[in-house]
Amino acid sequence: MDDGAGAPVEGLMIYLDYNATTPVDARVLEAMLPCLGGAFGNASSIHSAGQRARAAVDRARESVAALIGASPAEIVFTSGGTEADNLALLGLAAARSSQTKMHAITTAVEHHAVLNACEELERRGVRVTYVRPGPDGTVDPDDIRRAITPETILISVMHANNEIGTIQGVEEIGRIAAEADVYFHCDAVQSAGKLRLDLNRLGVDLLSLSAHKVYGPKGVGALYVRPGTPLEPLFFGGHHERDRRPGTENVPGIVGLGKAAELARAYLDEDASRISALRDRLEAALLDSIPDARINGGRARRVCNTTNITFAGAGGEALLIALDLEGIACSTGAACSSGSVEPSHVLTAIGLSDDEARSTLRFSLGRETTREEIDAAIKVIPRVVERIRSLSPRTRAVADDGRVRTVPVR
Amino acid sequence: MPNAIQTESAAGATTLCNAPCQARLAVAMSGGVDSSTVAAMLHQRGQAIIGLTMQLWNHRRLPQLQDGGATQHRCCSPDDVYDARRVAEHFGFPFYVVNLEREFEQSVIRPFANEYLEGRTPIPCSLCNNHVKFDSLLAMARQIGAEKIATGHYARIRFNTDTGRRELLRARDESKDQSYFLFGLTQEQLSHAEFPLGELTKQEVREIARSLAVPVAEKPESQEICFVPSGNYVRFIEGYFQEQHTALADDPGEILSTSGEVLGRHNGLRHYTVGQRRGLGFATGRPMYVVEIDRAQNRLVIGEDAALHSTTCEVRDVNWIAFANPPESIEARVRIRHRHEAAEAIVEPLSQEAARVTFREPQRAITPGQGAVFYLGERVLGGGWIR
Repeated sequence: MDDGAGAPVEGLMIYLDYNATTPVDARVLEAMLPCLGGAFGNASSIHSAGQRARAAVDRARESVAALIGASPAEIVFTSGGTEADNLALLGLAAARSSQTKMHAITTAVEHHAVLNACEELERRGVRVTYVRPGPDGTVDPDDIRRAITPETILISVMHANNEIGTIQGVEEIGRIAAEADVYFHCDAVQSAGKLRLDLNRLGVDLLSLSAHKVYGPKGVGALYVRPGTPLEPLFFGGHHERDRRPGTENVPGIVGLGKAAELARAYLDEDASRISALRDRLEAALLDSIPDARINGGRARRVCNTTNITFAGAGGEALLIALDLEGIACSTGAACSSGSVEPSHVLTAIGLSDDEARSTLRFSLGRETTREEIDAAIKVIPRVVERIRSLSPRTRAVADDGRVRTVPVR
Repeated sequence: MPNAIQTESAAGATTLCNAPCQARLAVAMSGGVDSSTVAAMLHQRGQAIIGLTMQLWNHRRLPQLQDGGATQHRCCSPDDVYDARRVAEHFGFPFYVVNLEREFEQSVIRPFANEYLEGRTPIPCSLCNNHVKFDSLLAMARQIGAEKIATGHYARIRFNTDTGRRELLRARDESKDQSYFLFGLTQEQLSHAEFPLGELTKQEVREIARSLAVPVAEKPESQEICFVPSGNYVRFIEGYFQEQHTALADDPGEILSTSGEVLGRHNGLRHYTVGQRRGLGFATGRPMYVVEIDRAQNRLVIGEDAALHSTTCEVRDVNWIAFANPPESIEARVRIRHRHEAAEAIVEPLSQEAARVTFREPQRAITPGQGAVFYLGERVLGGGWIR
């Protein structure tokens, strides 16, 4: 029973939670440091210190634009993905508020930044349709098409799901939105750096990005806004970001995002092939060594780094803690909902029972994940799952031809 | 450990395992001084520990019950989780918040509310110990690799080599003794529990906390039930059922004297508890008390103090700690509520789960729903719920 592990030692941790956040790349940090030191100017100031800051922000804007095939003027820097999503949804609805009846379409598996902004839209009188996904986690673009009404002002569909990694048919949805002349927002926070993002192929009008999911700093993100897209600001103050997002520019953060975007573009293919091989190795080994383990969303096209696995009869919270004590960091679902009693809305939307959803872990790999780490995780995880199953009040031991195994109760 | 109080007395060979504990221990941490001191003592002793704080109730659920200022004396408040986390961070041991809100609602809140509506006065702390702390939390502790769970309870556990059973003993500090709330623990639960404060007085615990520089050493104690910080149970229960969309009919009925005379009307039995004096709504010249809550006929019986006294009660769902099979008749001292001075009685088991208690002297306000706990000397023989 004694697993011999001491308290997790920082630095010896096997970090498999890149969808929650990523470490800041050393090159990003290096790019940011001058802005936290001597190059402290306010990008709106006229003097040369301000101009240097402005130049740094401009370069960053170019590099973010280049990541998605946009023009720099179409990039609005925000405080992160959540603000970008809120600005897109609430800002567009506010700009269209002269329309008496408004309708928006989204999916049941969006991040809470979108879902809770949609709830706010509902409080503001906008009717919202939440399209349900199939069991693989993807929505049928035809379901989106069928939901469109003459009142529809907006469709918001994420690119890659943060919990299960499935990729939505954004290009087709973009065509549907364009045909219907409806604005289309895409939350690309989890696909940036993992998938090629080409605005014109995706057909989006608004697209959200976050720095800290792509080896940049926390507290900064961006919204792409296609020219001509109506958008009211959420905040009021100065004339920053072309009147769309007031507030003194977060120069170090923006520079960090710019560098992170540049690296994401440069390393996209290399990262994706290496990481997906490691992810597949982890997945195959766990399925092979752990009975009653099931991949969620596994039949759909997924981003390279994410695997979401239900271990029937083992509580996700206990798994998460036990693995952390063994030095493996992962997640039970979205970090934002960890610690809440509600099972993951994504997992229940794709048909898992509450108990199944509560017996699920997400492992998300990243640029610094090594083969050695994955091999170590492959050794530890099955042992932890087995221990938790054997000690679970929800399971009981049954003797089957003299062989004892545990089965779920109820 | 500058000038630390010798914690050996706390170790009390009877309460902690005899060999140095190599296996990991979980510590149930509420953020208060007692459980924080347990964690600090064990950690300083070189014991590998994991701090666990239970998230039991979401205080945002019934916002109407938040009287300003009550926020600092309740568990599961962000403040208490913060305090527990701060202690863990200070000493540098792993710490996690475990969400047991579902289990708590199912095993404690709902039975508590239903019992109250049935005219009984339940003790949620015992329900929580039996079904949450030493059940779900213990299961979690064992799942994450701990052998046992240590808590800040003032009580002791001793292994009786003659009977082969683990016995529950009163705390050395009689004024802090919490054995009353632990009567429901099974042998399995006791074998995975440790109460490191059982040999200490509250004063000594405070001193240890100070000497170990426990961050919450000076924190005041809470007395109320954790999920009802205001102490107003009726308002909590009304708010809870409202949230559950269960209409609570105001069901007025008669108030009778002990001789059957109608004295007035009550506005729903849930507003009353046995032994209650205030709030009966009329003056009779002499102090009158609730003597009986007659749920079947929706009647409240009130009488003078003498009518509150009785010598017998029946106890259900008895948990025997000292014996596998109880003898036919046991002379014991029986405590019928926390802080009640245990009174001499004969306990006669009626079955494995039920017993009749006959007191030598009449006892005041034997209240259905409370626990009756049987003591012999410092030992808790067992206990059950007053019918």
